[in-house]
Amino acid sequence: MAKVKSLAELKAMREKLQSNIDLREKSNDPDSLVQIKVAMATCGIAAGAKQVMEHMMEKADELKLSIVFTQTGCMGYCHAEPTIEVKCPGKDPIVFGHVDNNRADEILTKYVMNNEMVEGVIPVNYETI
Amino acid sequence: MHVLVCGGTGCQASASAQIIENFQRILAEKGLQNEVQVVRTGCFGFCEKGPIVKIMPDNTFYTQVKPEDVEKIINEHIIKGRKVTDLLYLDPENKEHVSDSKHMGFYRKQLRIALRNCGFINPENIDECISRGGYEALGKCLSEMTPQQVIDEVTKSGLRGRGGAGFPTGVKWGLCAKNKCDEMYVICNADEGDPGAFMDRSIMEGDPHSIVEAMAICGYAIGATHGLVYIRAEYPLAIHRLQVAIAQAREYGLLGKDILGSGFDFDIELRYGAGAFVCGEETALIHSMEGMRGEPTLKPPFPAVHGYKGQPSNVNNVETFANVPIIITKGADWFASIGSEKSKGTKVFALAGQINNVGLIEVPMGTTLRDIIYEIGGGIKGGRKFKAVQTGGPSGGCLTEKHLDTPIDYESLAAAGSMMGSGGMVVMDDTSCMVAIAKFYLEFTCEESCGKCSPCRIGNKRMLEILTKITEGRGTMDDLQELRNLAAVIKDTALCGLGQTSPNPVLSTLDNFWDEYVEHVVDKKCRAGVCKKLMRYEIDKEKCIGCGACKKNCPAEAISKTDYIAPGHKLPSMMIDPSKCIKCGACISTCKFGAISVK
Repeated sequence: MAKVKSLAELKAMREKLQSNIDLREKSNDPDSLVQIKVAMATCGIAAGAKQVMEHMMEKADELKLSIVFTQTGCMGYCHAEPTIEVKCPGKDPIVFGHVDNNRADEILTKYVMNNEMVEGVIPVNYETI
Repeated sequence: MHVLVCGGTGCQASASAQIIENFQRILAEKGLQNEVQVVRTGCFGFCEKGPIVKIMPDNTFYTQVKPEDVEKIINEHIIKGRKVTDLLYLDPENKEHVSDSKHMGFYRKQLRIALRNCGFINPENIDECISRGGYEALGKCLSEMTPQQVIDEVTKSGLRGRGGAGFPTGVKWGLCAKNKCDEMYVICNADEGDPGAFMDRSIMEGDPHSIVEAMAICGYAIGATHGLVYIRAEYPLAIHRLQVAIAQAREYGLLGKDILGSGFDFDIELRYGAGAFVCGEETALIHSMEGMRGEPTLKPPFPAVHGYKGQPSNVNNVETFANVPIIITKGADWFASIGSEKSKGTKVFALAGQINNVGLIEVPMGTTLRDIIYEIGGGIKGGRKFKAVQTGGPSGGCLTEKHLDTPIDYESLAAAGSMMGSGGMVVMDDTSCMVAIAKFYLEFTCEESCGKCSPCRIGNKRMLEILTKITEGRGTMDDLQELRNLAAVIKDTALCGLGQTSPNPVLSTLDNFWDEYVEHVVDKKCRAGVCKKLMRYEIDKEKCIGCGACKKNCPAEAISKTDYIAPGHKLPSMMIDPSKCIKCGACISTCKFGAISVK
């Protein structure tokens, strides 16, 4: 990666990176769109987030779903770890709490594949700037 | 279509289960059960207006829904597509109904500024950070602002130290910048040590680039080219993510020589601490980084004059730094518009203890404890009674019911006998003993005291001995006075912040829970049933059938037969000799007749 030389270059980079993400979101291929973020701060990992993420990746392969998995920091819901955020195309992201392997399977087969809601939704109760 | 019904404790208490049932029943009656799915969710953090029902995908947000309103919502909203206006949230300011939860951010008590990217970006990918505007504040400083303008902007924003003491950050930078010389240091204090606090760790693990960027900004403002992060070795993931962030920033030329073509050089190194609480004090921290014992020294000279390696240094806490980039990009006026009169912006708290929604929260300064505990926190676990909330960790104090409507900022917490601290917030219910809590924090300070000055080393030890006496039922009223005397001396004479604030947990509990101390001393009673030595196990002689099961199980041979045979029973009842009883509780778990209780 070449070094960023100026603020203007940095801003151009930001726009490009943003439009890459938009492109991903607006693409017509619905299968490639599902994004799952797993809250993986120390505490999330201790509650089993890493293992659940690995399990979900295997399960997604098995179900032939192409999902983009990313790790992220603390979402703040300590009372419901491990937590994941699922963003399906054209829909608002939804946060699920207490995700173990069974619930992960349920989220993939019911919510991601059939748009059927499952228990354990955590309403996002904060605003981010 | 989905109907989300709040299943938080508060909403369950106000019939959310009945609401779910009604939805399911009426939808089934109308044959809509396959089109509309009803789901119970976690707490919306808006318990005051509960029960909450949210209809997706149009995000309609109904408040204070009663079971009998369900039919109306189904007939009007779900079948005819018309919103039920009188159940929508009424904006208290302009008296307008708000339907779309996306446009009612103001109902949310939380505002994430320092945590803006946590849980949003992949912390190990600089591109995601840049796509959220990362490093643009640094770019703006380097290309459009002079160092003095950066300092002025931070000063004007009203940002104050988030480590707990609340010193104005911009002023601190300005003091350091005045001592300009060739070798200066920017130090990030990541030695988070309050029991149960993890705000800084979460920021470093969720958004390490904001710290890297802010340190570079600070370096530019004060004229330093070296940055150091003092972080505890017991935070391995935070260390790893900071290392990744620093390496990526170097690769992009956002750290190193000639950053963004401006001629400004800055780089960051990590220094590991072994996890001593006192090393959060800035002079002790600096000594520890220099390879010496982590002991504080008298201020002045302040680190701004004589810091790391004797050079001018500026020390700020992680959360303080996390606020800096956004102040530069959004402006001091924007930041100053959030919060209370003297405390600007937001504060992150680690909400813990006997509360339903334990979590990491960020609220604007000036939010009341009531909002935090009963809205965001969803109330006390098991519907028990709120007793106290501890803020500020070992340097802070306990606040009670009468402080629930106190707006949280530096001044009002100090006036109430506690302090902001770094952000630990432990909620306690009536099963907590306040004397035992004070003792717990004092044990912590005694262990963590570096031992350099005698008030802290010896004074706290004496206070702990007195508290131990009280919890064991050997206290006198004179002891309570002695606690106050010792506390006053330690506060006045201890060398550093650790010692000066260490009596606070004792003082604030003495002030707010005097009755409980007196009870321990005079009645030898612990109302919460926590202080083991004050508990008495008793056998109800009317209930005891004399089977002797408890006697067999008592490891201390404290149980013996009496001469009394209760009416209707054949054998004499048992009794416990309090002088032999070790309060292990074995008898209670053995007795099948509920004859043994703790008094």
